[in-house]
Formats: sequence, C-alpha cells, structure tokens
Amino acid sequence: MAVLDIRDVTKSFGALNAVERFNLTVRDGELVCLLGPSGSGKSTLLRMIGGFETPTSGSIAIDGEDVTRTPPERRPTGMVFQSHALWTHMNVFRNLAFGLKLRRLPREEIRRRVEAALDQVGLAGYGERMTHQLSGGQQQRVALARSLVLEPKILLLDEPFASLDQHLRERLREEVRELQQRLGITTLFVTHGQDEALALADRIVVMRDGRTEQIGPPDDVYRKPETPFVAGFIGSMNMIEGMVSSGAFRHPSIEVPMPVGDGPALLAVRPEALEIVPVSGGNIAQVHRVTDFGAHGIVDVDLADGLRLKAMVPDARAWHAGQSVAPIPRAFALYRDGRAVHRST
Amino acid sequence: MTMPRRSAPIDPTGVAFAVALTLVIVFPLVVVGTWAFSNVWRYPAVIPQEFGLRYWNTTLARRDVWTSITTSLSLATTVTLLSSAICLPAAYAFARMDFPGRNVLFFSFLAGQAFPKFGLLVAIAGIFLNLGLIGTFWGVVLIQLVGTLLFMIWIPVAAFQAVSRRMEEAARDVGASPLRVFWSITLPQAGPTIAAAVLLSFVNTFYEIEGAWLIGAPAIRTLPVLMISFINNQPVIQYGAVLSVILWIPSFVALIFARRVIGSGSFARGFGA
Ligand SMILES: Nc1ncnc2c1ncn2[C@@H]1O[C@H](COP(=O)(O)OP(=O)(O)OP(=O)(O)O)[C@@H](O)[C@H]1O
Ligand SMILES: [Mg+2]
Repeated sequence: MAVLDIRDVTKSFGALNAVERFNLTVRDGELVCLLGPSGSGKSTLLRMIGGFETPTSGSIAIDGEDVTRTPPERRPTGMVFQSHALWTHMNVFRNLAFGLKLRRLPREEIRRRVEAALDQVGLAGYGERMTHQLSGGQQQRVALARSLVLEPKILLLDEPFASLDQHLRERLREEVRELQQRLGITTLFVTHGQDEALALADRIVVMRDGRTEQIGPPDDVYRKPETPFVAGFIGSMNMIEGMVSSGAFRHPSIEVPMPVGDGPALLAVRPEALEIVPVSGGNIAQVHRVTDFGAHGIVDVDLADGLRLKAMVPDARAWHAGQSVAPIPRAFALYRDGRAVHRST
Repeated sequence: MTMPRRSAPIDPTGVAFAVALTLVIVFPLVVVGTWAFSNVWRYPAVIPQEFGLRYWNTTLARRDVWTSITTSLSLATTVTLLSSAICLPAAYAFARMDFPGRNVLFFSFLAGQAFPKFGLLVAIAGIFLNLGLIGTFWGVVLIQLVGTLLFMIWIPVAAFQAVSRRMEEAARDVGASPLRVFWSITLPQAGPTIAAAVLLSFVNTFYEIEGAWLIGAPAIRTLPVLMISFINNQPVIQYGAVLSVILWIPSFVALIFARRVIGSGSFARGFGA
C-alpha cells in the first residue's frame, strides 16, 4: 500500500519555474507516466520526489507521511537514472548488496535477496561480473534490480531506456510493466516518448513548461486531448487554423459543420481520421508525396494556402504525387483559446 | 577476462623514441650506478679498474647518513599524511561545494607556485626565525607542506569532479549518508588518481632541498641536503654516487606501487572502462 501525494509543488531555479503548482495523486500500484518535451520539468519533479531537490513550495507525502524535506537516504523511494549510475568499482552483486548491507541484514539474507532480484530481471548468475562487462540493456536491468531489491514503496524511473535502441527499449519497457504489475509497486516513469507512455501507463501526465497540461488514461490523452499542445504532442496531428461562422468551421480548402459560436478556431484532425477523395481538376488540395509503410500509407497533402496535412490511407498504391484531392475530416476536435470546445462523436 | 594478444608491427618512430629515452634517462643512471660500485676508477679508463663495495661500507658506517635517512623518511611521511588530511577534504569541498571566495582561494594555490620559490622561502624563513621554527623538524614539515599543496589540491579536485553525481545520488537513494557516500563511492572512484597525487607528494617531499636546507639547517639534515654537502666537500665522487643510489629507492618503490595500482585494473575500473 503506497500512495504518493504531490500538493501544489513549485520549484524555482532563480527566475525560472522548472515546476509550477503541480498537483498529482498516484494511487497504490499505479503506473503514471510523466510525458513532456525537453525542459518541461519532468526530471526536476522526479528528483523532488526522490529527495534530490527540495521544493520551493508545496508538499510531497508518501502514505500520508510528509517527506518534503526528508533526505533521499530516508525516503522509501527507489530511483533508476537514465545513465544507469551503477558503481563501476563494484561488481553486480556488490551493487545490489550495498543498500542491504547499509540496512545491516544478515549475510545469508543479503545473498538470497540479491540473487532473487537478479533472477527477477533475468540476470541470474551475473553477480560476479563487473558493470563494464555488461551490455547497455543489462546495465539498466541491474540498475532496476538495485532499486527493486530494497522493496521501495515508490519506484521512480527517469527515462531509463532513452540510451537504448528501439527494440531493446520496447522489450525492457514490457518487462518493467510486467514486473511492476506483479509486484504491485507504485511507479512514476518519466519519458519524452509518447509511444512509451501510451504503451506503459495507467495514467499519463502531460507536462509543459513545468505545468500540467492534461492528466488522464492513455486513451483519453490520445483521443480527447484537452489542449492543442497535447493534441500536437501525442501522436501525429493535423492542425488547421480557420474561422467559425454561421454554424461551420471554414478554411479555404475545408468546411465542417460546427455547432459553436462564431470566431477564430483551431481544428485538429488525426491522419487516420482525415479521409481524402480524388477530385477531377479544381484547386482545393494536391498530393505532395506518398509514403508506403506496407500495412498502410501516409499521403502528404498540400492545401491551397500552403498548409501541409497528413492523411492515412489503407493502400498507398492508390495515390500518386500531383493528384488533385479533397480532404474530409471524419473525426476532429475544435479548440478555441487553448481549450477544446467541441469534439466530433 | 584475458585480452587476446596481438603482435604489433614494429614502429620505427617508436623505436627511435625508445632509444632516445634510454640515452637521456638510463645513461646517466648507469654512470652514477657504476660510480657507486667502483673502488677505483681513474681517467681515461672506460670501465672502473676495481669494482667493490668499499664506499658503501664507509658511507653506511657514518652516523650522519643514517640520521639523515631517518629524518628524510619521517619528514616525507609526516608531510604526506598531514597534506592528505588537509588537502583531500579541501579538494572535495572545492569540487562539490559552492562557497564565497571559492575561486580566489582555488587560484591562490596556483599563485603560490607561480613566483620564484626561493624568494618566497627567504621571506618565510624570516617569519619562522621569529617563531623559533628554524632548525626544527616541524619547521621543515610546515615549509614542505606548503610545497605539496598545489598538486594535492589540484589533482584530487579534478579526480573528485570526474566522479559522476548520479553515482553519488544513487548511493544516497539506497540509504547511504553523505559521509558513507564519500567513503564508499566517491573515494574509490577517485582513488587511483588520488593515490598518484599522494605518491607524488611523498616522492617530491623526499627530494625537496631548498626548504629543507633553508629552514632545517643546521640541525635537520635530510638525505638530499647531506648529499649536496658531500658533493661540495668531498673530492671523492663515490660518496655522492652512493647516496644518490640510495635516493633512488623511494622512486623505485613509487614506480612499483604505481604499476600495481594501474596493473590491478582498479585504475581502469576507476575510469569506468
Ligand atoms: N540545477 C538546476 N539549475 C538551474 N536550472 C535547472 C536545474 N535543473 C533543471 N533546471 C532547469 O529546469 C527546467 C526543467 O528541467 P528538467 O531537467 O526537469 O527537464 P526535463 O523535462 O527532465 O527535460 P529532459 O526531457 O530534457 O530531461 C529546464 O529549463 C532546466 O534548464
Ligand atoms: Mg530529464
């Protein structure tokens, strides 16, 4: 049972607010992803939870106990760093045993727990290796085991797989997800890869400039982005600026019925929700390029005013550059003043 | 793990370099070594007329030689220990903490070495005279301590700065106090480099002459100081040569120790290889 409560936390570095009035409650056993572009304050937030930074204001509590000013060595948190941060002068066994020794456990128990932890991450029998004799993926596994062996209440991961290649990253994140669910450990995972967040998280927190843009399950964040920023950051998205007048969103090349008041607005359409149909002649839109991904294709379409949209098509071979087309949004969201005002159903 | 051995092709530049090094370094050593072990060697013979240990016996029979060896060893040891105790924590502070005057203080260590040393020493000798430190063991310790400050601060600062902060934080994370982190993570990580600085400090102090002579004379005579007086006052070259060979001992010990540290792999590991 471990609940993490972050209340109104702000962290300033001089004039810069790296994290600003941040609120979040992570439920017991939940995996929350912090997602945001570089510099959005994800690491700073995680480091405050781990005890490596002190909030300028606000409070952090674990299981109802305030730890805002508790030093890291007395917090029930375990952190996995991006650069594994293994101690290179110790072998794998001693890396894992260090924390247990500090807790003055008997030697037999230390050995048992270290071996169990290594087994957990699929590295049984690697105890005698020095850290430089491991591959990048193995090093991150050891780093994970080093945290898990102490059975922390909260597991913190700061882009743990960012330095690994795509395949390994996918495999490791599945392993982490599986371990996390088996152990039921409350987890905060920082990433700036949206696919990682979508694949892993029970809930995603999208951050921007130290503030929360949206908090919700992956499904919501992907399908119902509350702000244009979230819409643009998660997955690929077509953003079309236009005007609403007399019941329709209007743009030189696109017109969509819209039950909202008149005024400027932003229409967001996913490539898979943008249908294109061939038209003969006319000057609405033209195919710029076709990319064949096998299972589907992506067609880049240039509108009359120069705006380029992406449309997903089932078969790329049906399209060719220069073709005249008309784009038709099938599902969309309309934003005004930075908030969603209407969504297609 | 053993590395596969490959025979490298012979590199002419490397050979030339090795030969030049041998001539410059080894040749004088051989000459001095030969002098130390010759009973008779008169011009123009290339090889001594008579080899033997006669001058070793006479040199080592002298009380002042033994006194100076003891003095030199205890001086070098005391200075190195004191310097480590003072400089290592200070170096850590310079590397990891920010405090007012940090940069000024840091560069003052360099400034101390930038001016002609002898002038500085004479000024210090004046002060020591008033304090009654002239001709005392601790007076020499103090002056030699100043001489070690530069590399006992600068080298360890670089070593501490090279230690990954994340590594230290990871240790805090698993429950280590800041002191424990320093002892179990920072020091071993910076260890090989710091060992080199300590070694350098010992050897340098052992060979130091100006300070030892200016402050120590006449009561405190180190081995190098004694050697100089031998060379100045004795027409027999062998006395100086024997002392010189004795003086090589700390260098050899240092070299062997350095080899062990580097060869054991802890050196490479310290650098995360
Ligand atoms: N110790 C510090 N001193 C001053 N500014 C800092 C410090 N740490 C972070 N910042 C600033 O705070 C902001 C947030 O940094 P943070 O590292 O939390 O971003 P991030 O979301 O983790 O980015 P990335 O994805 O690149 O890791 C940045 O503008 C950064 O420059
Ligand atoms: Mg970061």
